[in-house]
Amino acid sequence: MNVELKNIHKHFGKTHANKGINLAIPSGTIQGVLGENGAGKSTLMKILSGFIQADSGSQIILDGKPVIIHSPADAIHVGVGMLHQDPLDFPPMRVLDNFLLGRSGGLFPNRKEAAQNFNLLAREFDFSFDPETYVDTLTVGERQQLEIMRLLWLGARVLILDEPTTGISASQKAKLFATLKKLPEQGMTIIFVSHKLEDVENLCDQVAVLRAGELVGEMKPPFNTSKLVEMMFGKAITLGARQTAEVGGTVLSLNNISLEDARLKIKDVNLDLRAGEVIGLAGLEGSGQGMFIRACSGLVRPVGGKVQLKGQDLTGKSYHTFKAAGVNFLPAARLEEGLVPGLSLTDHFVLAEQPKGIFIDRVAGEKLAEDRIQSFNIRGTPLSTVESLSGGNQQRAELALLQTPLSLILLEHPTRGLDIESVIYIWAKLKERCRQGAAIIFISSDLEEILQYSDRVLVFFSGKVSPPIDAAVTSVEQLGQLIGGKGWPEKGGGHA
Amino acid sequence: MLKGRAGSIAFQLLAFVLALGFVSLILLSAGASPMEAYKNMLTGSIGSMRKFAEVLVTFVPLLLVTAGLLITFSAGLWNIGVEGQIVIGAISTVGVLRIFVDSTLPPALIIMLAIFGGMIGGALWASLAGMLKTFGGVNEIFGGLGLNFVSTALTLYLIFGPWKREGVASMSGTEPFPDHFALPQVPELRISLWALGIALTGIVIVYFILQGTYFGLKLKAVGKNFRAAYLLGIPTWQYSMYSFLICGALAGAAGAMQVTAVYHRLIPSISSGYGYLGLMVAMLINYQAVWAIPVALFFAALNIGSIQLPIVMKLDSSLAGVLQGVLVLFVLLMEGARQKFVKKA
Repeated sequence: MNVELKNIHKHFGKTHANKGINLAIPSGTIQGVLGENGAGKSTLMKILSGFIQADSGSQIILDGKPVIIHSPADAIHVGVGMLHQDPLDFPPMRVLDNFLLGRSGGLFPNRKEAAQNFNLLAREFDFSFDPETYVDTLTVGERQQLEIMRLLWLGARVLILDEPTTGISASQKAKLFATLKKLPEQGMTIIFVSHKLEDVENLCDQVAVLRAGELVGEMKPPFNTSKLVEMMFGKAITLGARQTAEVGGTVLSLNNISLEDARLKIKDVNLDLRAGEVIGLAGLEGSGQGMFIRACSGLVRPVGGKVQLKGQDLTGKSYHTFKAAGVNFLPAARLEEGLVPGLSLTDHFVLAEQPKGIFIDRVAGEKLAEDRIQSFNIRGTPLSTVESLSGGNQQRAELALLQTPLSLILLEHPTRGLDIESVIYIWAKLKERCRQGAAIIFISSDLEEILQYSDRVLVFFSGKVSPPIDAAVTSVEQLGQLIGGKGWPEKGGGHA
Repeated sequence: MLKGRAGSIAFQLLAFVLALGFVSLILLSAGASPMEAYKNMLTGSIGSMRKFAEVLVTFVPLLLVTAGLLITFSAGLWNIGVEGQIVIGAISTVGVLRIFVDSTLPPALIIMLAIFGGMIGGALWASLAGMLKTFGGVNEIFGGLGLNFVSTALTLYLIFGPWKREGVASMSGTEPFPDHFALPQVPELRISLWALGIALTGIVIVYFILQGTYFGLKLKAVGKNFRAAYLLGIPTWQYSMYSFLICGALAGAAGAMQVTAVYHRLIPSISSGYGYLGLMVAMLINYQAVWAIPVALFFAALNIGSIQLPIVMKLDSSLAGVLQGVLVLFVLLMEGARQKFVKKA
């Protein structure tokens, strides 16, 4: 099926997520879509698959006919199916029941016919599952296979895959790619969304790169990796001279830390972090850096290894013990994790002081709030509720909640979505903390920010952790390659 | 103009009018005159001192329960189990009184011990729902509902089993306690000023906990965003447990009032549905303690006023419940409408 996207625009409030994207994908093509987090890839794919609607004036043309897609059901009706990063299936149900879902018509599904079709399709692609088994016993890779089969059975002629190689094994990836390569022969169009350069280069017939909501370039094989990286991350803008604080004694030391969740395993990370030092964690979202920073804060318990803070063993201790020992963590999801919607700025500052006693001293609380509001340049009053503040002001409010003194500050996307002045302001505040002896670990998807403000950088890729890289002598391009999975040693152990 | 506080009140007045209109329609369809029904309810509740005293008798447990629920709602918990907590409070009060039935201690001390016993019983029963939630992952709504049934069964077992009357057990409850085990009442009226004082003290304490203490602020933080509260350093599950304990103690006090000020024995329906009614009051006042007294008083008046209906108009007294329920629904509906309106404007 020919897919044409014409002048796709999408606004979310003030955010312009897709800025007039034009893309033509001929029938039988495997189209790669590259871009860093927030580049607009997902928005574009959600528009094509009916999860969200584009602004008026945008056009989707399938096989020459303009179509209007209002819902995922509409999308599958016109032949567009999407495989999501997290499989949208129903784990407590049987494989066959999942397979049947979304099939319209009939009060009573014809299980027998479905089972036949299921086995036929499974044989064609060399998948092996028992249709009567429960989905929660399958691996992520198998669930993807099931979802692909289901979409094909429902009549998908365009298959969108969002980061399909995250969380599956190498052999499952090989099988997935083999399956995908078979489909174009039958006139199917595949859209493969990824941040992994290598996967895109191995699989795709053509690649489109998005950055900041715009289509910045297209490429056909042979692919030029460094050109792709440049398109993905753009040219550097200067943020002024780098500053480094004087480095003191060891604050945090990690010994052979191993971490695990359902998707990722991180093995044997070693790190010594010293007072005044800033470490940036680079990597595309979901590569393990989130789990790592949470392990440093005590929110995630390592499955192996030792965590020490200034010589005190904190392995396996709770977040509140870490907090009492001088570790603060500011999460990225401000209104979900960082702040309490419905409470005022004063309430927040009062709570963050870990108050003792019974009665709230309103006068002192408001005085405290006024001081913080002024010194952190927050646009709001002591009585403003946090949800009434803008994103940048919420971020400054979160920073204003940091206790004094602190040994270790952990930040997740501290400047995401902020304008450049706010970024510079916030980092000035953080560097001040470094001079007072705190160490900082932060996650960012902005490579310039990482290189500008870190002393050392750890790159995460699918749970692998790079050795610490000296930020002063590293370029955005080198970092971009590592993030995309290029230039890693074959047997990459985690020697950070 | 429709933003802010004035707008909020305007929408709530509208809700009240709509609720009255809706109930009037029901009355008309039953062939009764709405005006006459409302008039009867009014005279039945505040028509005489004796009737108003009855309203206060209902008001006391309702206010205590509402006070408790304000605490659990602030902590983001739906303590449906409050009904059972009243029952266990009453059972514990009766239990303590039975221990001292032949003692020579001053009766005032015994009554005090019995009320404390009721509060502790209610708190422990509430802590079961809390532990089920915290350690067992059972939603407090389901846990509380289950425990409500258990508490009712326990009441019946006690009335027909270990605590049965001399001779034959009956649905009328256990043997009444001697008069000196009752909270003193106003002469000629059924209301006890002591009970009224305890209820008012309860709501005042809750008001100050929520308005002026670190404890209350932390509870609110836990209720509004559990995750962020934890990250701010608040021991979240402990605070959930504290809120269950406080609410349970207040519900237990309501049960104790039912025993020491009203029934003077254990009866099968000792909680009289005040738990569920309290949930409605708490929802209606949008969890603001200042409104608890007038609204609980209004609901109590509806309950008592409607007793007139079957006698005078051959209508069922459950009309009060219909009006209360409809009122809550319309207020919530109007609040939803207001928020949509404000967002658009």
